[in-house]
Amino acid sequence: MIEILPDKCDFCGCCVGVCPEDAIELKEAEIFIIEELCTNCAKCVWSCPIEVLVFNRNGVKKNAEK
Amino acid sequence: MQKNKYDVVVVGAGPAGSMAARFAAEKGISVLVLEKDRDVGYPVRCGEAVSRKGIEEFIPSDPKFIATTIDKFSFIAPDGTEVVIPLEEEGYILERRIFDYELAKTAAKAGAEIMTRAYVNGLLFDGDKVSGVKYEHQGEQKEISAEIVIAADGVESRVGRWAGLKTHIDFRDMESAVQITAANISVDPETCYFYFGEEFAPQGYFWIFPKDKNSANIGLGIGGDRNRKKSALTYLNNFMEKHYPGASVLTVIAGGVPCVPTLEKIVAPGIMLAGDAARQVNPLSGGGIASGMIGGSIAGTVAAESILNKNPDHIFEYEKRWNDRLGKRHRIFDRIKNGIYNFSDEQFNSIAHAAVKLPVEKRSLGNIFKTALVNKPALLVDVAKVFFTK
Ligand SMILES: Cc1cc2nc3c(=O)[nH]c(=O)nc-3n(C[C@H](O)[C@H](O)[C@H](O)COP(=O)(O)OP(=O)(O)OC[C@H]3O[C@@H](n4cnc5c(N)ncnc54)[C@H](O)[C@@H]3O)c2cc1C
Ligand code: SF4
Ligand code: SF4
Repeated sequence: MIEILPDKCDFCGCCVGVCPEDAIELKEAEIFIIEELCTNCAKCVWSCPIEVLVFNRNGVKKNAEK
Repeated sequence: MQKNKYDVVVVGAGPAGSMAARFAAEKGISVLVLEKDRDVGYPVRCGEAVSRKGIEEFIPSDPKFIATTIDKFSFIAPDGTEVVIPLEEEGYILERRIFDYELAKTAAKAGAEIMTRAYVNGLLFDGDKVSGVKYEHQGEQKEISAEIVIAADGVESRVGRWAGLKTHIDFRDMESAVQITAANISVDPETCYFYFGEEFAPQGYFWIFPKDKNSANIGLGIGGDRNRKKSALTYLNNFMEKHYPGASVLTVIAGGVPCVPTLEKIVAPGIMLAGDAARQVNPLSGGGIASGMIGGSIAGTVAAESILNKNPDHIFEYEKRWNDRLGKRHRIFDRIKNGIYNFSDEQFNSIAHAAVKLPVEKRSLGNIFKTALVNKPALLVDVAKVFFTK
């Protein structure tokens, strides 16, 4: 599953532009994954230029909570 | 006073959205621009390089948004060979923060209304025709009707998807980009530098675009498949450590550049896409300021014609006009890009070695691409089409 490290995110939209499912919601300074739509294809992870998105095999972890 | 119905609602106040709004409003129809960010023009996710001709079609050159004037390009091969190309037409490095603002002001002057901090999060429909947008403004969910929605919402391009247009692109074609604005460095303020090769930016290029003699936009874009293995940020950090260890970093931004030909469909009933949202970036250079303004201006013009002639189907004319103006050229640029995309370091080096032998007055971009693609005759025809015809 996809995990976002929101403190690192620059809200640039690169990941959103490659998401085939329109599963990423991006506001001025807020980002989250719409879990019902996400298929865990990881394309967003591969495209993020600054390593904000992490593919996490242990399950959904939203907003980098510990 | 804001109305609850407009002829045209534009989503996004970048160069494409502002030009769409201006060209529509100039024809006397009512236009509202909704922008999610607090400020038009900020944050700047851009190297800010543009040709003088590219902007002067829309706004006179003005020192207040021009950081520096460029008269040559310098291409640096992986082995360090430098090929300097004098430019036939001068270029600029902009202050986009001010430039985008000035563009938006021209739209306002033409009569368009602009609202910031208005996040569009859905579309309204009348049957299968788009008839407005839903948006969030200061914590409240609102709706607004429109005859035509122009989605100029940039690289993320979500608005078009809600109308059934396929706007997402393959991650391999998205250039993953990162850039800093660095100060306390020394650069030639009249030269744009481009570095090629495995060390700098595989499947893309690394750039240094000067803002003055002591500061520059320094960044790179790489194909998604390479970013997957090693992030753009890592390449940037490595470069800075090696070449500018003492630089002060004024800004860091991430971004995506959709390096593909324009989408097959950029119009659906009641909605038109413009700029990055339509994938109107030049897929070879990654430049999208000038082409976005062109796309936006055509979209705005056609939208106004459609309203004034009461002919909703007229908006489909936009696809043809865009293709005639730039869309077809971009398909050729895309073929050239694919021809050089996976060049090895050795290939870049040998092109540079051949190019430095050309006398300076024969060194044009077209001649460099001719040298690069000498073993691909079909692509040479493409190079001739876009670089040697006016
Ligand atoms: C790192 C980098 C370097 C670049 N360098 C250059 C360069 O040197 N030269 C060049 O010509 N091009 C360059 N580009 C490309 C150029 O920046 C873009 O092509 C250009 O900004 C596109 O303009 P636009 O109006 O289509 O989109 P944008 O300028 O991205 O504007 C889109 C606007 O829509 C708003 N928006 C998005 N979604 C919503 C929503 N749901 N509701 C309301 N508002 C919304 C956004 O906030 C934004 O303001 C670069 C791009 C990157 C990432
Ligand atoms: S690509 Fe990375 S930095 Fe950009 S919005 Fe997505 S997660 Fe944030
Ligand atoms: S994993 Fe795939 S579907 Fe899920 S948000 Fe990322 S790109 Fe979209």
